[in-house]
Amino acid sequence: MSSVPEFAVRMTGISKSFGGVRALDGVDFEVHAGEVHALLGGNGAGKSTILKVLNGVHTPDSGSIVVGGKPLTTHAPEASRAAGIAMNYQEMSLIPTLTVAQNIFLTREAKTGSGLINDREAERRAGELFNMLEVRVDPRKLVGDLGAGQKQLTEIVKAISQDAKVLILDEPSTALAVSDVERLFVFLRKLTQRGVAVIYVSHRMDEIARIADRATILRDGKHIITAPISELPIDTMIEYIVGKRSLGLADVVRGDASRGEVLLELRGVSGRHKPSDVSLTLHAGEVVGLAGLLGSGRTALAKVIAGLEPAASGEIRVRGKRVDVRSPSDAIERGIALVPEARATQGIIPDHSVAANMTLSVIDDISVRGFVDQRRARDITDEQIRRLAIKTGSREHAVSTLSGGNQQKVVIGKWLASDPDILILDEPTAGIDIGSKSEIIRLVRQLAREGKGVLMISSELSELLTACDRIVVMADGRAHEDLPREAFDDPAAADGDLAHRLQAAEQRLQIKIQEALVGGKEESHVGH
Amino acid sequence: MSATDVNSGEQSPSKLRTFLGDWRQNIIYIGFVVIFVVFALTLNDKGFLNPNNLLNIVRQTAMIAVMAIAMTFVLSAGEIDLSVGAVAGLASVTVALAISAAGPLAGVLAGIATGLAVGVFNGWLTTRIGIPSFLTTLAMMGIAKGIAMWVSDTAAVPILHQGFAWLFGGGAVGRIPVLLFWTLVLGVIGHVALKRTGFGRRVLATGGGETAARFSGIDTRSIKFRVLVLSSLAAALAGMLYAGRLQSGRFQLGEGDELSVIAAAVLGGTSLFGGKGTVIGTIVGAMMIGLINNGLILMGLEFSQQLIARGGIIILAVALSQKR
Repeated sequence: MSSVPEFAVRMTGISKSFGGVRALDGVDFEVHAGEVHALLGGNGAGKSTILKVLNGVHTPDSGSIVVGGKPLTTHAPEASRAAGIAMNYQEMSLIPTLTVAQNIFLTREAKTGSGLINDREAERRAGELFNMLEVRVDPRKLVGDLGAGQKQLTEIVKAISQDAKVLILDEPSTALAVSDVERLFVFLRKLTQRGVAVIYVSHRMDEIARIADRATILRDGKHIITAPISELPIDTMIEYIVGKRSLGLADVVRGDASRGEVLLELRGVSGRHKPSDVSLTLHAGEVVGLAGLLGSGRTALAKVIAGLEPAASGEIRVRGKRVDVRSPSDAIERGIALVPEARATQGIIPDHSVAANMTLSVIDDISVRGFVDQRRARDITDEQIRRLAIKTGSREHAVSTLSGGNQQKVVIGKWLASDPDILILDEPTAGIDIGSKSEIIRLVRQLAREGKGVLMISSELSELLTACDRIVVMADGRAHEDLPREAFDDPAAADGDLAHRLQAAEQRLQIKIQEALVGGKEESHVGH
Repeated sequence: MSATDVNSGEQSPSKLRTFLGDWRQNIIYIGFVVIFVVFALTLNDKGFLNPNNLLNIVRQTAMIAVMAIAMTFVLSAGEIDLSVGAVAGLASVTVALAISAAGPLAGVLAGIATGLAVGVFNGWLTTRIGIPSFLTTLAMMGIAKGIAMWVSDTAAVPILHQGFAWLFGGGAVGRIPVLLFWTLVLGVIGHVALKRTGFGRRVLATGGGETAARFSGIDTRSIKFRVLVLSSLAAALAGMLYAGRLQSGRFQLGEGDELSVIAAAVLGGTSLFGGKGTVIGTIVGAMMIGLINNGLILMGLEFSQQLIARGGIIILAVALSQKR
């Protein structure tokens, strides 16, 4: 009818196998120009595979791709980019040793008249883009020196800067503060008004419901449904994603917390920069959540407790005894284990087997005269695989072959192998699908029932509310409030169904976090 | 100072850190000056500051510097080339043989061909077959040396063409040795190429994060291939400079240079793990190694003592330049 193509992207019958495993099975995926299209699915559903096919990282075994009305026949990142496709990867397209501006314009550098790279110009243009998004990131900083949120903003700006017709955002908000997500959404709306198609991948249903126009759901490498978001309430979405009902968070029963002795006590603990003057107690059998925005000092606090960062002042007591935690091995000795946020770099060795990863922290305990007792290593691994229900071909499979949720279970299993009393989980469900999320939450509750004290950091409030007995609201490095879980229940909504009650509690927690922000000074999370 | 620290908590520490960071980054320049001053004060009576001695240092370090400039690219891309010394020796022999057979132009072409052949082979093995460059070039070290011994029958091959000898190493403009020009010209080209061209940026990106670079649309294999070719070409040029300076080609020329070359780059602030490199630092690093060698000789240390002292100084300098 007109020369403007209706479809920004039209992928038909895409199949792709990796060594016998069918990652994509005849998938159709169509995105209109000027819409935000959510791509949903659990881990292993094929989301990242189809996106990598679209932007040329993978070559499909069969199927056709049409971008902006023109068939895309060459499968290479350069060809896809030339066709107008830009994508942010989950922190994988940034080079830590280059500056923010250099990263954003990598391979598209601004040049002077004589053809040499002009970094000043790149910094100016990067600055403009950040201003447009109304966020503050210093274009001259090395990416390696940035925090997670700033890296993510850099990723997003890098994708945006390409002036693409199709912008793919893969989990763009995992490390962003709420206010930055708002600004991102406003900006995406501006882009779609100009006819840009946005493909938005997220595990956060609330976000999807707000930003997306339509959604496509994949499961097990197959196309399940494409529909306007108005026809997909969150429950229905989850139903399509997991393929069966009953895996929503609201179904996790918290059960009774029988509080035992005080395991961990912090008195006025401060770090070099953050946290500042934090006091809290953690009892056996209890899950305490740390809520707050990015940069509120939650991770910094975890690091101080686990001996990764030195405490500048204050005291840490374990079972009533004052302890000096100066290194992770000190912490492990006191029964404190931290499951870190960035599992790929801090939690596991991806190329090593499940068994090797699992026994890494207890290698001395299971060694006899320097030789690892293979049978005990096997037993420990098998027990954890069973206990955590880890889906792996065998204990000898490389961890990198597992899905995100199962990798996270390996990380947790690795720390459980040392049998800690105090377990600190930093964003244990980041980037994993909703089915695995509720499994992890169940696991956290189970650990508490076994008498462990769990300190849990999460940016997903519904998770904190589902998992925790108490929630400490942090902002600006300080603990502002320490509230029992019940404090978030809305008496008026007590009769509603579980999901509804959770939603009401989430709103209250949200308000508390905002109050804490105002109570402390509004803190910029720019730089550290 | 500490009062402002408390008040403006955001600003002061970062400034302080920037300063400390700069200090560590610039340790090579500070170290160079310190060592120079110490030698000037203690070895003045032995002729350290004599212009001839200083020019001699330049002559002795030129080949190391030339190879180290290319090595900066190799290391920045996250690879390594251990074959440079042996390739320099091989090139000196092929050049000398070609000159005696067919004249100076053939000699230069033979040198370039030698570098190109070795580099393409190194690059092909590393990027296509997938053998780590550490192993590829370690094996090439032996192969190049073996070929050089074989074709020269382990004897020195004389170069009788004066023009070649002048241009490649032996000559001087006034008192300024030609070797200094080689170092400076290649240094400027190398510096601009690494910092200001798309190629240099791609090299740094490849070494800084290969996956990220690939996802950004950089053909990292091609980058690695090219830096290895570049390195062998530079090694072949260094071989020609050795041959011109000594008016002969010998398989022993350049022997063991790979260590000095890598040390020069690392001293200058280039990371062995890729992603970080500076050509200016590398040249100063090469000069510093030449300076140390010269000073230790003037001090009258025995060769064994020189080796120990040199190793110690390099470890100290690299340790000081590490970020903590």
